[in-house]
Amino acid sequence: MFTEILRGLRTTFKMMLEKPVTVQYPEVKRPVRRRFKGRHELRRYDNGLERCIGCSLCAAACPADAIFVESAENTDEERYSPGERYASTYEINMLRCIFCGYCEDACPTQAIVLGDNYELSFTDRRQAIYGKEMLLVPVKEGGLPTPQKTEPGKFNRSIPEMNNPD
Amino acid sequence: MGIEQKLGNMGVVTMRLEDAVNWGRTNSMWPMLFGLACCAIEMMSAQASNYDMSRFGMELMRASPRQSDLMIVAGRVTRKMAPVLRRLYDQMPDPKWVISMGDCASCGGVFNNYAIVPGVDEVVPVDVYVAGCPPRPEALIHGIMTLHEKVRGEKIKDWS
Repeated sequence: MFTEILRGLRTTFKMMLEKPVTVQYPEVKRPVRRRFKGRHELRRYDNGLERCIGCSLCAAACPADAIFVESAENTDEERYSPGERYASTYEINMLRCIFCGYCEDACPTQAIVLGDNYELSFTDRRQAIYGKEMLLVPVKEGGLPTPQKTEPGKFNRSIPEMNNPD
Repeated sequence: MGIEQKLGNMGVVTMRLEDAVNWGRTNSMWPMLFGLACCAIEMMSAQASNYDMSRFGMELMRASPRQSDLMIVAGRVTRKMAPVLRRLYDQMPDPKWVISMGDCASCGGVFNNYAIVPGVDEVVPVDVYVAGCPPRPEALIHGIMTLHEKVRGEKIKDWS
């Protein structure tokens, strides 16, 4: 009988030697997987122009109707993105978004990408609507903030050669 | 001011009642077991050993509303479930808080139909909304942290 008790306690003693598995979350953050879809980001080209051209394809692809885009015309004096139009309003309701990534797939300029941030909790529903200024990434080094003054005829196409226009 | 200097040698610390009570409330907030859909899986995971909500004094999920302080509405609430939800909320003793976990509970999410309540804040007052479909266990814990912040800031005149 005694050996049976020991055999039963073998797992218990084995577990006593193992390290605890708990992730001490607010201090230690477990890195997300490569394909994880978190909070959205609106990207820019290297020269600082926004990639988003305000075509609303992301809003059309969104199954939860979480995205609202309003577009306006670019001019050479005030240029936000290459091509004719840019998104003057870009709002994502984080409480509606289901982080499926369809917007990412629909975007012709790869402007919207889903990032790593998952810490989205709000005390008010209105805080959950993220505007363009919250979604846009900061300008990289060497780039200029939008709106930019550009020479005419340089950024005629909304979708340039998909690389960075300079 | 005066009392601490007089009693300093006796090991007495004074603090505001607000802070003491809010500290107590923050660190022993027992959630009610209220999983409705897929978010409940993540809620269970947050309770399990990998994320372990009992580090924050949420020792175990109470199955009874009378013993719980916090209701985590995890999942979509149907029209048929809404009266039950309200009734359970009414049975909880004061002070009580509600976390609306996930998109469906917060605003209906992808479900745009007659069967789903568009947001549980139509039925109960919600303190914290957690976004995600479903939120990761970390995101739920972040929501609980947000709630703790809110509870820490409560004033004595708001207690009813």
